[in-house]
Amino acid sequence: MYPSIIQVDVIIPTQTKYLDFIGSIGERIAKELDTYTGDKAALAYQLNLVLTEATANAIKHANDQNQQDIVRVSICLNENVLNIKVYDKGQGFDLNSVPEPDFDNPKEGGMGLFFIRSTMDSVTYTKSDTENVLEIIKNLN
Amino acid sequence: MNLHIEKINKFNVLNIDDERIDAHNSAELKDYILQMIERGEHHIIVQLQHVRFIDSSGLGALLSGHKNILAKSGRFVLTNIQQQVLTMFEMTRLNRVFEIYDSVNEVTDN
Repeated sequence: MYPSIIQVDVIIPTQTKYLDFIGSIGERIAKELDTYTGDKAALAYQLNLVLTEATANAIKHANDQNQQDIVRVSICLNENVLNIKVYDKGQGFDLNSVPEPDFDNPKEGGMGLFFIRSTMDSVTYTKSDTENVLEIIKNLN
Repeated sequence: MNLHIEKINKFNVLNIDDERIDAHNSAELKDYILQMIERGEHHIIVQLQHVRFIDSSGLGALLSGHKNILAKSGRFVLTNIQQQVLTMFEMTRLNRVFEIYDSVNEVTDN
């Protein structure tokens, strides 16, 4: 039996024009899930969204002084677990300090992480001296 | 960002011709709408028929237009929203904030 694993590693410059490219990979992966019993179109949108939001976040927090900056994205589908890692070299942030949106008094910003949290199963952000990583996990059972 | 404007009765209809609104073009959309409002265009319909993807920054750009027009006692209306895109409004409960209609005619005929 062949292992059912797909891994995609992408490196892009820290430019928003590549968000479409990154998001499209998420949509394409959703199409590969032959055994997924849920709404595949909705999942395709969610993966596009999550990759777009996470990458946009990494681009925004990248060190603007350095035009050579890159964002590294790793997507791994293993059995029924999708694992997305978005690496940045910026100053990082505290995931727990990002508040939920105020639905009664909506603001223009701050919805990105809410979408990631509400469509995926687990979100963590780990800072280190060399590189930070936002790790997102979605169970596809 | 690809878009075009139509004038129907008192409404300026902003037709979005891109399939995607994300952090790459949302700032441009936001500025475009703010410029319309500054020109005195206070009845704006954003026609989203071709938009199959919107992210949080896109919602933010539309919310900016909504808030600025409300301050001028005008109307900011969204029409022809595709189902997956509408889900984004529902998740953030912005479907209760915006005026949303199925078609441009429903707004301009009344």
